[in-house]
Parts: sequence; structure tokens; C-alpha cells
Amino acid sequence: MTRVIEYRDALNEAMSEEMRRDQRVMLLGEEVAEYDGAYKVSRGMLEEFGAQRIIDTPISESGFSGMAIGATMVGLRPIVEFMSWSFSLVAADPILNNAPKMLYMSGGQFGCPIVFRGNDGAGGQLGSTHSWCVEGLYSNVPGMKMVIPAFPADAKGLMKTAIRDDDPVFFLESERLLSFKDEVPEEEYLIPFGQALVRRPGTDCTIVSFGRPVHFCLEAAEELAKEGISCEVIDGRTIRPLDIDTIVESVRKTNYLVVVDQSWSFGSPGSEIAAQVHQHCFDDLDNAVARVHSADVPTPYAVELEQAYLPNAHRICEAVRAVTYTA
Amino acid sequence: MSAAHTAIGTSHLVEAESSKRDSAARSLPPQTLLEWLRMMVLIREFEVRTMQAYQDRKIGGFCHVYIGQEAVAVGCTAAVEHEDPIVTAYRDHGHALARGMDPKYCMAEMFGRIGGCAKGKGGSMHMFDRDNNLFGGHGIVGAQTPLGAGLAFGTKYIDEVINGGRSQRVTLCFLGDGALNQGALHEAMNLAGLLNLPVIFVVENNGYSMGTSIHRGTTMADEITSKAIGYGMMSAQIDGMDVMNVYDGMKEVVDEARATSRPAFVDIRTYRFKGHSMSDPRKYRTREEEEVYEDDGPIAKAREYLYDQKLLDEDGFKAMSKEVRGQVRESIKWADASPPPDVAEELYKDVYVERWGPYNGTSEPEMLGEPGGNGEG
Repeated sequence: MTRVIEYRDALNEAMSEEMRRDQRVMLLGEEVAEYDGAYKVSRGMLEEFGAQRIIDTPISESGFSGMAIGATMVGLRPIVEFMSWSFSLVAADPILNNAPKMLYMSGGQFGCPIVFRGNDGAGGQLGSTHSWCVEGLYSNVPGMKMVIPAFPADAKGLMKTAIRDDDPVFFLESERLLSFKDEVPEEEYLIPFGQALVRRPGTDCTIVSFGRPVHFCLEAAEELAKEGISCEVIDGRTIRPLDIDTIVESVRKTNYLVVVDQSWSFGSPGSEIAAQVHQHCFDDLDNAVARVHSADVPTPYAVELEQAYLPNAHRICEAVRAVTYTA
Repeated sequence: MSAAHTAIGTSHLVEAESSKRDSAARSLPPQTLLEWLRMMVLIREFEVRTMQAYQDRKIGGFCHVYIGQEAVAVGCTAAVEHEDPIVTAYRDHGHALARGMDPKYCMAEMFGRIGGCAKGKGGSMHMFDRDNNLFGGHGIVGAQTPLGAGLAFGTKYIDEVINGGRSQRVTLCFLGDGALNQGALHEAMNLAGLLNLPVIFVVENNGYSMGTSIHRGTTMADEITSKAIGYGMMSAQIDGMDVMNVYDGMKEVVDEARATSRPAFVDIRTYRFKGHSMSDPRKYRTREEEEVYEDDGPIAKAREYLYDQKLLDEDGFKAMSKEVRGQVRESIKWADASPPPDVAEELYKDVYVERWGPYNGTSEPEMLGEPGGNGEG
């Protein structure tokens, strides 16, 4: 049985269910308790779990991220909410230098079971400093896992897996998806990391993406179908681990690949996928892998500039036509 | 700028506050005091041999020795229980030994050997010891201070929320005076004050952040306990060259932090006899200044007290020193004999709890002839 709920409520359900089953799990961050969450993701959780487990922090990302990492070392499993991943930059040292390296530099003695979560990507005219897509910047670091769900059902199933995972998980949500409604199973379920999903089967070109741009890919595939181009849309769901096998399998069938990644192109998941696909599918490809990224500029404010800056269905259609020589 | 402004001069240390009659340390069994002296001698000897091993290129990278500050780690560790977490910065060998790590594991770690406390993956700056509740060994100045707040948050949460009792444990979070100006410390102190975390920020104030004297880098340099006021926590200033005084001062603070589940900030005045790291020519201070502090080092002070009390004589000290030298020699032998970590076995291990899963699809494991996708951790 399923029902239709918002992406934010899927996240809320996942966190609440896991907090009910495991007392070691707690949530902290700015405005998560009394304000019900800046984006209402933690709505009602203070009432249910109390102020010792749903903790309002001051605006102090470096401090509370580091504090939560320290708490993992004595056995807690914290969820840390960043109101926006853009604000996590001031916590770069704890989240990149401590969390993903603790297990290794302690010779396996201290792992770091923690979830960092929050809004990633352009919100809507938020300007240069508040529109970070951290996929490219952070996925470079070994020791962390990165999850970026596009649909409410994935948000819930992947969040539950993230909370139970023994490694640090960077969980990338999207402000623009929080109110998106879709079917979510009623019974309990978990979604394993590293399993991409074919959202739309097709035969002529593979499109792979993560997070919010998956919706633009589906829109583009619908448009291209009218022109007789059948696209297979793959939702990667996690960036680390990366399910390259599903992508490779699809490319061997379609012989063309367009990667859609909302982070900047230089040193990004998009470039990583392109490199791996060229390595694994060199003889299968009928053209070089094409990539659609955000423009290689700071995020602009003006509506027209921001729209041109972000990946969108139009740009994806153009890339597919070009790569399949149908332009 | 005159020399008086560039160096800390000769008045950095403070007098012991507690009178002899009130001293808790002095009423402890003589055996305890002898163990403290032995531990300080062990740390000193260990660090001397560390410097030699570094010069012999058996130790690589950055290496910071603890010589001169022995009374701080020994006195502070004695003032807490074994279950109380300890976290520190990169000058961490002394804390590891004082916490009970066998010197051979510490030495082997610096040698980059599989027998090291972190299997040779951490190095000099990253001493970790789960059995002894030592949570590192952290290399970025001040980075360990939010972790210290988090250890206290964690123990308090476990005691209160999970076990439904009252907070039992106190965390010691060591830092140097160089960390006083890192934002991380101030965020950690604010959180500790705000959330009532039983963590003690122990400043090992040796007067220098690398080559910059405290007066050149820190406001209110002579009264750093004033920083505690802003975060609503108790503070103390302690003479760090006298192990019994460190114990006395810390015991009081620890007991109070435990009873009230509140944080504290302690300024322990000490002196680093050697350079910041192995590559420091110490041009920023005078030889005369160094001699003033070295003349009255923590080992001499403790030893003289034990002589005065007839708890130790010269022969006894010689025997103790000889035994310690043997122990350190053995630790070097052991570290030398320990093999380096096996590349195929260790390079990709401990990155993730499950060994190969997250590497699925990348080329590295294939380079090593390992299967991608699954495997045991």
C-alpha cells in the first residue's frame, strides 16, 4: 500500500521511525526544534522526542558539526541538519577532515556513524553564496558516502539506510523538492546504497542524473519521445557509492550517454562518470559522453541568468540531439 | 620590536597556589607519587629517543615532542577516572603514555609500522587508543575542541537519556595556547556553556604557538582565563611545572565539573623545552630564557620533593631511570621488528566499515587485483 506525501514528510518519517527504534539517534541543527525546522522537515519531532534528542543549536556549523562527530566516538549516531549545504562550508574541517578520516587515521578503532543533511543546490534567486551544489566539492573525499534522492520514496528509504549506516553519510536534499508529492509505501522499507534506478526505459540514448535534475531529465525524455528519440533515464540516487554497473549496462545498449549534474563541471560527479564510462564502454560508445552542468560561473541572481545557468529540460534535449547526431 | 615583545621572557610561569598543608596530592600514597615521577621520566626518555629516531629517519613527517610539559599530562590524567575521555592535539605522545598506552605501540606508530596504535596509518600526530579512552591525536590546531565538546555531549547523553541516570563522566580536551585564536575553540566553548557539557578545556600554555609568542598572537595574553567568562564557565590558572600542583588544581576542577555537569577552562602554565617541531631552530627566543625554565623542570621538582620526604633516594632514582631506559629501548626494538603495513591488506582497509562496497566501479581495487562491489571489512 502507498499514499501520496511530500518529500519533507518522507524525511520526517524516516528520522522519526529510526529515532523510535534507536535511542542513540538524535537530531541537531539550527531551528530544528522549537521552530519545527527552517523548512519544516522536523515538524513535530520536538514534541515527540523532547529537547534532549531534538536540539536547537546556535548558528555555529563548525562547532556543532565537530561536536556531533565527537559524540559518535562514544557511540551516538547523530543526524546533523544544515539549513543549507551552503552553510556547511564553514564546517569544512570537521566534516571533511574529521568525519571521513577518523576510521582510517585511528587504524580502524573509531568509525563515524553520522548523517549530515540539508538543502543542496540553487533554491530560487538565492544568489552566489546560498546556492551551493556540494556534490563536486565533497564527493572527492574518500571515507564519506553521498546520497541525493530525487523522489519522496527514495528520500525515506535512503534516509533510513543512512541513519543505520556505520560510515559518515552526506545526504543532499533540495529546497525545490521539499513540497513535491509522490507515492511512498506505508510499510517499513530501506533502500540500499549504490543501486541506481532506471526511471524510464529507452533504447536510443542513456541520460544519467542525480537529485533534482532527474526531474528535468524525465521532462526532456518526454519531449524527445515526441521526436522519436527513446531515452533511458537513470536516477543514480547515490554518488558514493556509485552504481556504475547500471550505467554501463544501459550505455552498452544505447551507445550514447548524456550526464546531467547540477554541480560545476570541473572535477565533478559528471566528469567522474564520463571518465569511468569511457574506460568501461570505449568500444560501445558511438560518440563521446556529453555533459550538462551548471554554467562554470558563480550562481547569478537575476531570473533570466539563473535559468540559463542551471541544467534544464531544454539544455538536456539539445545535448541528447547533439550527442546522437540528430540535432 | 624589542626582544621583550617577541618572546615570553622569564615570567611566564605562575606560583603554585595551594599550600603544602592543603595539597590533596601530598596525602596520596607514596607509591602514587613515585608512579607519577616514573611516568614523567618515561615520557622524557621516550621523547629523547623519539628525537634521535627522527634524526635517524626512522620517523617521518611532522613530529612534536612533549619535553618540559610532562607534569601537565601526568597530573591531569591522574585527576580523572580511566572512563573519562581524553582528546588532544598533535603534541600527543605524552598524553598517550600517561593514559596507559604501551610505549611500544606509540613508537611503532611513529615508525609507520603495523604494530602501531593505529597500524601506522596515523603517525606522530594521531595517537588513538580505544581501550584507554584516548580519542586522538588531532592535527589541525583547535579541531579537537568541538570533538571534546562532543565527547562530553555523548557521555552525558548516554548517562542521562539512554541510561536514565545522571551524567557521570568528564572529558579532558587538551589544547595549546596557539588554539586560543581558532574559531573552533570559541564555538566549542559556547556550545559547552550553552548545553551544560562536562568538558574541561585544558590549555597547555607554553607561551608559543609555533614561533609566535602568546603576546604577539592573543589578546589578554596574561589573563586568558578571562575568555572563560564570556562563555559562562568556571576557570583556573595552574602552575604546570609541578605535577602535584597540577593534580591538586585539576582535581578540584574535575570534581566540580562532574558534580555540576558543567564545562571549565584551565590555563596551565608550562614551557616547551624543545622546538615546536623537529625542524625548529628556535630563533624567536633566547637561550637564556630557555635555561630559566629548564633549570626548574617538572622532573627535578617532583624528584626533590620525594627526596625531601625520604620517599626516594638517589640510588632509587637511578634504578628508576635505568628501568625506564630499558623499557624505551625495548619499545624501539619492538617497533623496529614490527613490519610495515601490507599494502594489499591495509591501503584500502578502514576507509569504510565495509571494505570494498563504496569503491564499486572505481579502478583502484582493480589495480590491486581485488574484487569491487563486495567483500568483508
